[in-house]
Amino acid sequence: MRYVILGGGAAAIGCIEGIRAVDASGPITLVGAEPHPFYGRPLISYLLEGKTTREKLLAYRPADYEEKRGVRALRGVRAASVDAEGRTVLLETGEVLPYDRLCLCVGSTPFVPPMEGLDAVREKTSFMTLDDADRLSAMLGDAKDKRALIVGAGLIGLKCAEGILARAASVDVVELADRILPAVLPPEASPIVQKHIEAAGVRFHLGESVKRFEPGVAHLSGGGSLPFDVLVLAVGVRPNTALAESARCRVERGVVVDDHCRTSVEDIYAAGDCTVFPDPDTGALRPLAILPNATMQGETAGRNMAGGRAVYDKAAPMNATGFWGLHMIGAGRYEGEVYRSQSGDATKLLYTKDDRLAGFLLLGDIDRAGIYTALVRERTPLSSIDFELIRETPQLMAFSATERAKKLGGAAQ
Amino acid sequence: MKRVYVDERWCLGCHLCEYYCAFANSGKSSMIKALKDRHIVPRIRIEERNNISFAVSCRHCTDPLCVKSCISGALSVENGAVLIDSDKCVGCCSCIMACPYGALSHSESGVIQKCELCKKNEFGVPQCVQGCPNKAIVYEER
Ligand SMILES: Cc1cc2nc3c(=O)[nH]c(=O)nc-3n(C[C@H](O)[C@H](O)[C@H](O)COP(=O)(O)OP(=O)(O)OC[C@H]3O[C@@H](n4cnc5c(N)ncnc54)[C@H](O)[C@@H]3O)c2cc1C
Ligand code: SF4
Ligand code: SF4
Repeated sequence: MRYVILGGGAAAIGCIEGIRAVDASGPITLVGAEPHPFYGRPLISYLLEGKTTREKLLAYRPADYEEKRGVRALRGVRAASVDAEGRTVLLETGEVLPYDRLCLCVGSTPFVPPMEGLDAVREKTSFMTLDDADRLSAMLGDAKDKRALIVGAGLIGLKCAEGILARAASVDVVELADRILPAVLPPEASPIVQKHIEAAGVRFHLGESVKRFEPGVAHLSGGGSLPFDVLVLAVGVRPNTALAESARCRVERGVVVDDHCRTSVEDIYAAGDCTVFPDPDTGALRPLAILPNATMQGETAGRNMAGGRAVYDKAAPMNATGFWGLHMIGAGRYEGEVYRSQSGDATKLLYTKDDRLAGFLLLGDIDRAGIYTALVRERTPLSSIDFELIRETPQLMAFSATERAKKLGGAAQ
Repeated sequence: MKRVYVDERWCLGCHLCEYYCAFANSGKSSMIKALKDRHIVPRIRIEERNNISFAVSCRHCTDPLCVKSCISGALSVENGAVLIDSDKCVGCCSCIMACPYGALSHSESGVIQKCELCKKNEFGVPQCVQGCPNKAIVYEER
């Protein structure tokens, strides 16, 4: 069996692991457009901040990772199209790769809405790749004299803000929504985090968009204008679907996969940020652009490609992040009945619905948060545990004695 | 692979496992030096309520959600044991978000720590097990 993996991010790693868990020797070829070994994409802000080094970032997996797993990796090479009938991939170099099983792990591309005058802005970048981070770093220089403007107050925009604040004269963030991190936080938590980030020195312009750029100035929808030297575009991302389209896979904003990570075309699988898949609760197709999802979908795809049987039906949104020392972990949906508790600087929001923990958010105190995440992911009936107890602190005591014996004395899961 | 297993029926709630863990990973030569007058932050932690108590530490999962969620590659599996490279860790807490047992925590100095089965300290075998006076924690193949 010949395997071809297109893309070289977290989903590709998962796919390699999945294939090798079932098939120890079938040749794997990986084609990755970025000219770097596997790296932790979310680390690019930590790199700018000086919290990690280039060496460590590039050592996301050991140097001999591919060699040990029999993977031939072509880096800095793009795949141009897929011929599903002929079972081949055409690379931009002209090389043709035959496959028996193919996995699309091609991620997403920053989405840049049309903005008047944007073309004339020279010092601008997205914030998705190591090359973007290098570009941004070069634009900022070392003099701490550049004013940075970030468009988008989502996770990527704000991580970027954290990464560059100490290296810029100022950081302004413009966001169309009326609150920060609209996709990651429930509405009531946004102002808390906003205050914390503002205290660090970032300035927000919420409920606004850039109407027009002039060299060095952004004119906002609200009438104000912001002078800047360096522009970061972090409005959002779009799944990369061109390869899937060339193979005639079903595409609905993203490459549609099922819970086996199969596309609609035989022997073609897909995983990670390029996909959309049925939400386990609602059935509606949706993307889930987080690293754990990419790894787990990749692994599911890999196992199934190699003839194993793997189902991934526990996908749930989840995020762990932090800004200037304020940790936050959230998972699931922020809907249903809310339980809120506050102790000191720590905020806890639990959302319950239909005897389940639908979602939660912890700000400040995130100790043992994974116990809550597991309730969300496993859809544990709250009537089967001591919910009042676990509501106070995440703990295994809230489970029945039988369940505890399984968790702590049973075979490892 | 050998793992640490806990049986709450035998747990006395004496917290000795926590002390042995803190000592084993302290790098200090004597338990007194390592623990005297200090607030310890062990990698194994006792939960207790009413008359029930039990120790919780990393289960060294065969499907380790922490490893799959780590953004820096700091967590890895070596011969079945889930290990952490603190030097690579950036403290994002994705592992804390993912672990269903609540087995990772912040150490005294604020870095993420977890049970590594004493594979990286001078003892080589789990000291919590050695310290448990009632065999409520065992290290074996299951
Ligand atoms: C700044 C930042 C911070 C983040 N922080 C977090 C976080 O804290 N937690 C979290 O869970 N997630 C975070 N994410 C999201 C996370 O990085 C992604 O969900 C994850 O990387 C998705 O993995 P993937 O393999 O699907 O895609 P990617 O990692 O994007 O990899 C896709 C790869 O495919 C390549 N490719 C594309 N087209 C082709 C082609 N035609 N031929 C060959 N190769 C191609 C791309 O160049 C890319 O290298 C963050 C993202 C960013 C940008
Ligand atoms: S830290 Fe948690 S998820 Fe990771 S191996 Fe240990 S018990 Fe499993
Ligand atoms: S806190 Fe460290 S070990 Fe945990 S997921 Fe983040 S980088 Fe990995």
